[in-house]
Amino acid sequence: MSTGRIIKVAGPLVIAEGMRDANMFDVVRVSDKRLIGEIIEMHGDRASIQVYEETAGLGTGEKVESTGMPLSVELGPGLIKGIYDGIQRPLEKIRSLAGNNLTRGIEVPSLDRDLKWHFTPELHAGDEVQQGDILGYVQETEVVRHAIMVPVGVSGTLTALDEGDYTVVDKIGEVKTAKGESLPLTLMQKWPVRRGRPIRRKLSPDMPLVTGQRVVDALFPIAKGGVAAIPGPFGSGKTVTQHQLAKWAEADIVVYIGCGERGNEMTDVLNEFPELIDPHTGRSLMERTVLIANTSDMPVAAREASIYTGITIAEYFRDMGYSVALMADSTSRWAEALREMSGRLEEMPGEEGYPAYLGSRLAQFYERAGRVETLGTTPREASLSVIGAVSPPGGDISEPVSQATLRIVKVFWGLDSALAYKRHFPAINWLTSYSLYTDSLGPWFNEHVAPDWMEKRGRMMALLGEEANLEEIVKLVGMDALSPEDRLKMETARSIREDFLHQLAFHEVDTYTSLDKQYLMMKLVLLYYDRCLDALKMGADIEALASLPSREAVGRFKYVAEADAQAEYRRVAAVLGAEIDAAARKEEDF
Amino acid sequence: MPKEYRTLQEVAGPLMLVRDVEGVKYEELGEIELESGETRRCRVLEVSGTNVLVQLFENAQGVNLSTSKIRFLGRQMELGVSPDMLGRVFDGLGRPIDGGPELIPEKRMDVNGTPMNPAARAYPQEFIQTGVSAIDGLNTLVRGQKLPIFSASGLPHAQLAAQIARQAKVRGKNEQFAVVFAAMGITFEEQDYFVRSFRETGALDRTVMFTNLANDPAVERIATPRMALTAAEYLAFDLGMHVLVILTDITNYADALREISAARKEVPGRRGYPGYMYTDLASLYERAGRQKGKEGSVTMIPILSMPEDDKTHPIPDLTGYITEGQIILSRALYRKGVTPPIDVLPSLSRLKDKGIGEGKTRKDHSNTMNQLFSAYARGKDAKELMVILGEAALTDIDKLYAKFADEFERQYVSQGNFTDRSIEETLDLGWQLLRILPRSELKRISEKLLEEYYDKKA
Repeated sequence: MSTGRIIKVAGPLVIAEGMRDANMFDVVRVSDKRLIGEIIEMHGDRASIQVYEETAGLGTGEKVESTGMPLSVELGPGLIKGIYDGIQRPLEKIRSLAGNNLTRGIEVPSLDRDLKWHFTPELHAGDEVQQGDILGYVQETEVVRHAIMVPVGVSGTLTALDEGDYTVVDKIGEVKTAKGESLPLTLMQKWPVRRGRPIRRKLSPDMPLVTGQRVVDALFPIAKGGVAAIPGPFGSGKTVTQHQLAKWAEADIVVYIGCGERGNEMTDVLNEFPELIDPHTGRSLMERTVLIANTSDMPVAAREASIYTGITIAEYFRDMGYSVALMADSTSRWAEALREMSGRLEEMPGEEGYPAYLGSRLAQFYERAGRVETLGTTPREASLSVIGAVSPPGGDISEPVSQATLRIVKVFWGLDSALAYKRHFPAINWLTSYSLYTDSLGPWFNEHVAPDWMEKRGRMMALLGEEANLEEIVKLVGMDALSPEDRLKMETARSIREDFLHQLAFHEVDTYTSLDKQYLMMKLVLLYYDRCLDALKMGADIEALASLPSREAVGRFKYVAEADAQAEYRRVAAVLGAEIDAAARKEEDF
Repeated sequence: MPKEYRTLQEVAGPLMLVRDVEGVKYEELGEIELESGETRRCRVLEVSGTNVLVQLFENAQGVNLSTSKIRFLGRQMELGVSPDMLGRVFDGLGRPIDGGPELIPEKRMDVNGTPMNPAARAYPQEFIQTGVSAIDGLNTLVRGQKLPIFSASGLPHAQLAAQIARQAKVRGKNEQFAVVFAAMGITFEEQDYFVRSFRETGALDRTVMFTNLANDPAVERIATPRMALTAAEYLAFDLGMHVLVILTDITNYADALREISAARKEVPGRRGYPGYMYTDLASLYERAGRQKGKEGSVTMIPILSMPEDDKTHPIPDLTGYITEGQIILSRALYRKGVTPPIDVLPSLSRLKDKGIGEGKTRKDHSNTMNQLFSAYARGKDAKELMVILGEAALTDIDKLYAKFADEFERQYVSQGNFTDRSIEETLDLGWQLLRILPRSELKRISEKLLEEYYDKKA
């Protein structure tokens, strides 16, 4: 442990001398205010420290003390339902101690030290264990069974493990290692945030992360263990889309990182999630959610750390064998924090002032996602999916953060302000977005939902593409110049956009659509196209086909409750078919 | 008496380097005394060994390296606050300039504030009726929101802001209401417009003004909005008032920020603005809000003029990423004589969904809002097509949409600066316009509401 003195203060950067014995990335305590910081550069005995709290009032000569520990998070029961800042300080607890505004230098343990958890062992004294083995369980919430694992780097023989009520720091058992050491076991373990938690091996993704969002599931699916980016200008609905995914994604655990974003958005999550019911478990969504909130007015250095804090917690739950989804909103703010620190360190800037290592840092972060086989004697299959929002300046994705992100991610949901102005939400542009998982997930959809899912998806994509081409023509020569077949394509594409892709986040039924209902919706839209095409061949009038009364019912199908979807589908399909037949016959009568 | 130093080493623009000091803290406030006895204020930007870099809030003219003295005051920039602030006018650094007596402060508050704990925020969801249809009906403002007006030179943003300040109310309640107004680098005339407008409606007694006009020192503008927000927080969270903060013009503020950054020779971000501008703007905007267990609220309407009407310019861009929506004024509408020229399509209020609906406004609000938006968007598309190909190229339905778009601009948006419409009037007007379209086109409105509102009066 070394103690030094401040020689320079510039914003969140503090330089201290006399720090020769400290390690890179050690956490330090700065001044008598005991502000938390982290060493990010060493020159001789001078350490550059990024301070996670406001540095106003610091002066030269004040004390800096190294804790000898890297920035770590506490992992154990009590994480779920929590809201933490960027370095895992519990915000609710801080509020009860310090009031509505964040004061500095406050020391609160991340996990409650007084709360007792009931631990039920799976293993017994005498069992051989290795790192990652599950010792037993704590029922953390109704939904989450929190597995207590042998810490990484520990193996040997269990000499004790007892059922009972423990706090997170109480000893629950003991392991005797091969060297004869006795190591105590607790419910809580610590892990440095900048190091990924180890796994046995990575697997390639083969299953979709079902989100209940039609444009995502049907057109641009993300795999469990996949990585996706949502870039978009402000007002295009990035945050609403992220919230929708956090709400409805079919994951066991959701970690939501609000990184440099609005305070009220976090409040919204805190208010709304406890009241929403997870369609998969029937319980409140909050019972599977961990929140990290480092809003834009909170210190910038902690924003840089928040991403790592979040993903380390996510990895911990993945190691239990869960499917975990992590949302980071927004990675651009994280990159800006990186740029700010880099500027203060007087590093040579790369593109647009961002440090040259921006791309590699981003890649390292996203690469912590994946479908994996965990450690342990009997490995578990688990996944960690990462969805990052990107906020490109001016909505122009040629900027460095978007470009560095696009090189890594497999799914790109491009948000479009023109769609947002028309209040077409989610404003994911179907022409520019892509998912590289489409092919590998295709067989899953065909097997688990319907054999012709992929075929229907392909036809919808083709119609949307043709619409874009036809629109160019319409702009030049008008709608009348189109052939009836092309008019029909335009009408059908409009129906795909309005009746299928458009989805209201704030409508109680429309906010989530099961895959089965999505399939019915696709079928309905394409049924209209196929039947009308036949009718056109029989000479039906396109105007009549475009203004069939039952098209309104097609449009309202999305608001039909899941339970009634099958019956309503048959009814609407029958009426629609009859109307098209009538339109075709009318022509024949002439 | 704090120690005085005569070790001024360099002056460059608003920055000064002072040597051989001790015990000076980051962000500490300092005072420079010129030979004439005049004092200027400054703050510490960087402490390095025994050197400090300070930033002057005022003009550097007259500063002399050998005769000027500097002392550090041992505190950060503070504002003395008291209920007597209401009805007073201060300069950009919080000194009274209305000829009235000095303020006797009840307490002194750090102007930088402290970030609000996200867990302590109360979600803003109380509808504020501004009486402006384009805002109430389509981009609803709620208490505790930060909703900027994106304007451009030559557009009537001052009139709109003053109209909102005049007309804003929470329905059915009679609560203590105050306006905090911060002028940053605007002209005397613009400032005077606000003063007159507040005076006419008797709002001046409930207003606190901080003024840094165009001819005042540019760097003082860094402090002005912080002064105003500190006053607002005091009125809201200590005295329980509902405060509307108007900041104008953020563009001037950002330019002052750039000026200091350039003087410090920092690595510039886009268009020369510093890389930390997002964080800096957020430290202003995020001070709006409501807190759990507190009565009052801070609602913020910052005004910024978009250079070259460009929404992707860093100032509107970063603002849009922090604020909860934006009201955009359009030059094209202004030329058509639409008053206020609010371009509703790119405008947005992110908090509207929780502030409208049954019990808050009316149950048909959300549905009609979506329908009006999409119908107007389609109408505009149709009109564009009509310009290229002539009216004959439009289908019958598109002709109706084009007509709808015209009527919408003429009746709904263009209401003038002195019409105060209740939310019911706004919603009924919306229905009246939607009747231009056939019922089957109104897909965004639920069947029940159509029966109740569309059919009833048809």
